[in-house]
Amino acid sequence: MKITVAGDVKEYADGITVADLIVSEDVETPAYVTVALNDEFVLTENHATTKLADGDNVEFLYFMGGGGCGVYK
Amino acid sequence: MAFTNEQLERYSRHIILQEVGAGGQKRLMDASVLIIGAGGLGAPAALYLAAAGVGRIGIADADAVDLSNLQRQVIHATADVGKPKVQSASESMLAINPEITVETHRMYVSASNILDLIAGYDFVIDGTDNFPAKFLINDACVLSGKAFSHAGIIRFQGQLMTYVPGEGPCYRCVFRDPPPPDAVPTCSQAGVIGAMGGVIGSLQAMEAVKYFIGQGELLTGALLTFNALTMEFRKVRLPRRADCQVCGAHPTILEPVDYALAACDLDGGG
Repeated sequence: MKITVAGDVKEYADGITVADLIVSEDVETPAYVTVALNDEFVLTENHATTKLADGDNVEFLYFMGGGGCGVYK
Repeated sequence: MAFTNEQLERYSRHIILQEVGAGGQKRLMDASVLIIGAGGLGAPAALYLAAAGVGRIGIADADAVDLSNLQRQVIHATADVGKPKVQSASESMLAINPEITVETHRMYVSASNILDLIAGYDFVIDGTDNFPAKFLINDACVLSGKAFSHAGIIRFQGQLMTYVPGEGPCYRCVFRDPPPPDAVPTCSQAGVIGAMGGVIGSLQAMEAVKYFIGQGELLTGALLTFNALTMEFRKVRLPRRADCQVCGAHPTILEPVDYALAACDLDGGG
């Protein structure tokens, strides 16, 4: 089946879950990535049980710090 | 208030734009922005907003300028090392545009002071480097009904989004809770290309300008991501989360919250 991951259409085995996709895409800090599936967020606790379907659109959103440091203690 | 001849000349490239005009420039001159963090993101944002003639700019940061800052924090110069960052930033902004008012806040932001701090400004720019501060700023702006720009940079990556009350998700809709201390690297741990602050901090200034002149589309309901290695910008649509702890239908966060900071960020460096 075809899934669009971060804008790129890719071929995946039928029946894979969001958790499987996170592994096969080698996502950095997988426990803390936000997943949007067809414009809905998937809760982290549901990654392993959420199955993907042909034509799905998945986005990974990453925590990104950066900027000025002396502003919080 | 009519423009002086000097103002007409200084802001001529704005005023000539159909989307800005004399009215838009006047709105910028009547506007106020608080920049939290005079670092990699806050530096370019502050310089461009000062140059644009934003009438009153607040800058909050507790640190002093360090030599390791100068690779990206272009508002500070080598001679400023050791000087409070807010002072150095203020001097640079006023050197570009002495017509504006700069308010310096040499302080750490916290749950106990953030509401008072942001209350005096129309728009907030989050130029902080750590997640406790980012969630604090988000929550305070949501609770105060205030628009703000979120941004983050690390290595060759950057991201930003804009929150406007009632017009899309907040930062917490997307990221829910801060990661545990040290679970996710910040740029003091992982490094960042200096020009990344220039790219993303300038885009934060752009969002503030558009907010005031009321033109174009803001990054509300979207996260803009930038990968400098592939030179790809991507605009990812973001849904709102109906059960968001702070902006959802039944919020559980009713006042700002302090979170623990990663140990390696206590020394600063972002």
